[in-house]
Amino acid sequence: MAIQRKSNIRILDGNQAAAEAARLSRVQVVAAYPITPQTPLTEQLSQYVEQGELQAEYVAVESEHSAMAVCTSASLVGARAFTATSSHGLAYMHEMLHWAAGARLPIVLACVNRAIGAPWNVLNDQQDSISQRDTGWIQIYCRSNQEIIDTIIQAYRIAEQVFIPVMVCYDGYILSHTEMPVAIPDQKDVDKYLPAYKPHTSLDPSDPKNYNLVTLANPRVGVDGKLCHGYMELRYLLQEALQNSRETILQAGEEYSQIFGRDYANMFWEDHTEDAEITVVAMGSLAMEAIVAAKMLREEGIKVGVLGLRVFRPFPKSDVVRALRKSKLIVVFDKNISYGSEGATCSEIKSALYGTYINASIRNFIVGLGGRDVKAHELADATKKAIASLKETVINPDYPEWICQI
Amino acid sequence: MGTRDCGHICDESHPGIGEAGKTGEWRILVPRIDADKCTASRLNKPTCYLCWLYCPEAVITKGIPPTINLEYCKGDGICAQVCPVQAIVMEQEDKSAA
Repeated sequence: MAIQRKSNIRILDGNQAAAEAARLSRVQVVAAYPITPQTPLTEQLSQYVEQGELQAEYVAVESEHSAMAVCTSASLVGARAFTATSSHGLAYMHEMLHWAAGARLPIVLACVNRAIGAPWNVLNDQQDSISQRDTGWIQIYCRSNQEIIDTIIQAYRIAEQVFIPVMVCYDGYILSHTEMPVAIPDQKDVDKYLPAYKPHTSLDPSDPKNYNLVTLANPRVGVDGKLCHGYMELRYLLQEALQNSRETILQAGEEYSQIFGRDYANMFWEDHTEDAEITVVAMGSLAMEAIVAAKMLREEGIKVGVLGLRVFRPFPKSDVVRALRKSKLIVVFDKNISYGSEGATCSEIKSALYGTYINASIRNFIVGLGGRDVKAHELADATKKAIASLKETVINPDYPEWICQI
Repeated sequence: MGTRDCGHICDESHPGIGEAGKTGEWRILVPRIDADKCTASRLNKPTCYLCWLYCPEAVITKGIPPTINLEYCKGDGICAQVCPVQAIVMEQEDKSAA
């Protein structure tokens, strides 16, 4: 189907792309606290509001914890809310992330991935968002600035359909401060794609309600005689919503491609996986570097494919199994570490493969922490090292290797 | 029948009397008002009502004498503490009567 491209192309860095996406999504409340490397994004949004280009309430808060509290309140009265943060800011927001998800509020958060101290470091890795893995948010990672603008718009569509907040993650500096050509969607098309937010419930003085009160261990009957959920039933519903969100994510991606001509009907990106004997797995901008590495290896006759993780929560287990079905070796690069275990995405891949017929060896490398540069040839060399290690017949080493100078 | 039938996806409820159950059952001590000492009763005027003002459960009426809804009185004893004429005493609850 021929798609008429109505978009205009501009040179934007990742933060500008995210701000543009929030503006096009017609967010009504922005509450954010500046933190490196997210700062230019909040500056851009406050400028949009100041200049009347975005009809929104910009709430200048004193902390990230308050930023998410404001977004939670705004969302509960029916406003489309947006925030953005990084690193320590996201960590400080941790408690309220649970509240947003538990209250089932479709807030979108741009997480500009940055390392966490100690020691202080303002550069990129993915430890910040991975540390928030279990807060009940959908997490989607971007590989380019085009994906940032497209993903934030899709994030509202997804969030407001399944009533789960969405964290859109992109790598600090590598994307946030690097300019690339970005096709800007037309406002009319975005309006068509993204209908007005309809809350599942709304705080309204004319119909007073209690929200998220102290719940006891068991369900109880409300004053209207209805048996209402206890804590555990509500937690079940959040898990059920995450489990069922795959279809909505794929549909949002499919409809996006129909309107804007860029295909997002996937849970992860695949590059030459059809005949791959070795699959390299990476998430975020690292997946782009892995494609360059795979190309280098293919030139040497090694059949390498790349699985670029996009949706980390919900984790697409059966899709991953399908993509890895021909792999003899899986090499997972993680820009995070679950201390005492391994990289978080490696654990997910292993979990997905358990009990399937795939009996591939897995090798995990920790790379790029705190902004350490990851070059394509380093990924290629690590993959070759993983191939050589197959002689040792260890399918699943206990711990990952680190690419550093220790 | 499960809780799904309530139709909520987050914890929500309408505010109302007794939404947390009959909280009077939590009580160990029960307040008793001595009408001979209570200022409102003694003067036969709607006055004082510090017990009504301070009761965190809002179970005391501005009557002559004030009355206490024992279905929801948790027996915290704040009324007895604030009464300027010691007209309210906290007594051991007689559970056998309930």
